[in-house]
Amino acid sequence: MTGELMEHPVILETKDLSVSYGDHQVVKKVNLNILANQVTAVIGPSGCGKSTMLRVFNRMNDFVPDARIEGKVLFEKNDLYDDKIDPGFIRQQIGMVFQRPNPFHKSIYNNVIWGPKVNGHKKDLRELAEQALQKAALWDEVKDRLHESALNLSGGQQQRLCIARAIAMNPKIILMDEPCSALDPRATARIEDLIQEFRSRYTIVIVTHNMQQAARVSDNTAFLYEGNLVEYGATKKIFTQPDQKKTEDYITGRFG
Amino acid sequence: MISKFIDHALHWTLVVCVAITVITTLVVVIILGKESYLFFQEVPVFDFLFGTRWEPLLEPKSFGVLPLVVGTMKIVFGSISIALPVGLMIAIYMSEFTSDNVRSIVKPFLEILVGIPTVVYGYFALTFVTPMLRKLFPEMNIFNAASAAIVVAIMIFPMVTSLCDDAFRALPRSLREGAFALGATRYEVAIQIIMPAAASRIGAAVVLALSRAIGETMAVTLAAGATPELSLTFLESIQTMTAYIVQVSLGDIQAGGVEYMTCYAVGLLLFLMTLVMNILGNHFQLKSRVSQ
Repeated sequence: MTGELMEHPVILETKDLSVSYGDHQVVKKVNLNILANQVTAVIGPSGCGKSTMLRVFNRMNDFVPDARIEGKVLFEKNDLYDDKIDPGFIRQQIGMVFQRPNPFHKSIYNNVIWGPKVNGHKKDLRELAEQALQKAALWDEVKDRLHESALNLSGGQQQRLCIARAIAMNPKIILMDEPCSALDPRATARIEDLIQEFRSRYTIVIVTHNMQQAARVSDNTAFLYEGNLVEYGATKKIFTQPDQKKTEDYITGRFG
Repeated sequence: MISKFIDHALHWTLVVCVAITVITTLVVVIILGKESYLFFQEVPVFDFLFGTRWEPLLEPKSFGVLPLVVGTMKIVFGSISIALPVGLMIAIYMSEFTSDNVRSIVKPFLEILVGIPTVVYGYFALTFVTPMLRKLFPEMNIFNAASAAIVVAIMIFPMVTSLCDDAFRALPRSLREGAFALGATRYEVAIQIIMPAAASRIGAAVVLALSRAIGETMAVTLAAGATPELSLTFLESIQTMTAYIVQVSLGDIQAGGVEYMTCYAVGLLLFLMTLVMNILGNHFQLKSRVSQ
């Protein structure tokens, strides 16, 4: 591991993490420390394993029948893949925002409070919804039509709704899997602004194929290539003077 | 020259095939309409639609179709209230709770159920379902609406299952992942996220199943009897609209008289009912396509 990492506690760490689908190894012995209250970007060409790695962090790979995970993932020192750990409990603390907005076929309000509700919150749901929508900078646009279908929102609004939905769970980490890839530049800018604001409250791991975006929003950047972690360090350093030739080639657009 | 001729011949063959479809439909509608018109010359439409006694063969003759409609409705709603929950649960299980292996075993069984001739279902009702039910309700008639509704349910639930299964599978994986990512269980995702998202296609499945139940003939003729009574019980013999048409067609009644023309009027009503159902079903399916 290279680069200067700022002094923040480690909230999530992988130890020799490998992920395979059947015979195909997608992530290879990755050691990575995610720091609390920081934005960590994971970049790399398509198929480099960055999304796969992200989905290991909240056990979304449980739904892929032939996925095999080796090594360890520690969340606040607890092994995420310990038999005693309830994946539902993990996902309450490590939220996720997906590539394409995926609102439920429900009202805006019910989209936000569904997560807390199924996890046993009964009180002050209205207040919770308002706060989450405020934080996701969506409140002003939807406060008069909370009970309309979420499917009537624009793509950018839907994605902010999905962010509000994740925030309503009050997670410690928010995983973002190319959250802007289906959005236009203006909607993208709004999401990036949100990521900046969230830094103080949450830990964010964002997978992106857009290097400018990684440079704009993140504190630290990890570069993955063919399943290997090539370089990991402060974003400034990675983008100005990377240690590895491979990183420099990717960042300057020589491949990828 | 020859190839041009073949081209023309092929074109006209296809046009004829298409024309046959259209012409058949038109002829059926025209004949139903014409014969019904003659019937309604003798029996007022109001008496037909809202009369409560159906006794076209007894003096004084009475042509109130309500007993037949109620008989049909008993079968329709009785069967759908069994077939919908069963069909939905199987579909939810196949698409959300199990692997493709289990699905590939269950699907052929459902297809076999669809392939069983309806007359077999009728005898199944008469010789198996009714005796079983009579252990529970000893006062039950040999011919009764309950056992007919049960076998019609068995006939239509595979359709509900297969249409709902398709509907659930058409939903993107990301929708499920979004729900799981909030810490929900499979049960919560299936009931609260997947089913509402497929609501309009479930609606379409129900309507198509209803229309099939309305038109079902053989099993209800055998199992439900031929007693057009206006009542609410499922334990007594009834007569459905289709079963009545069978009875007339079997030849007890002389062709040409007003008694004979009743079956065109009943047939027209039946046709309109299934037509409305099919239009509704298509509307639901279209709506679901727009919302996705």
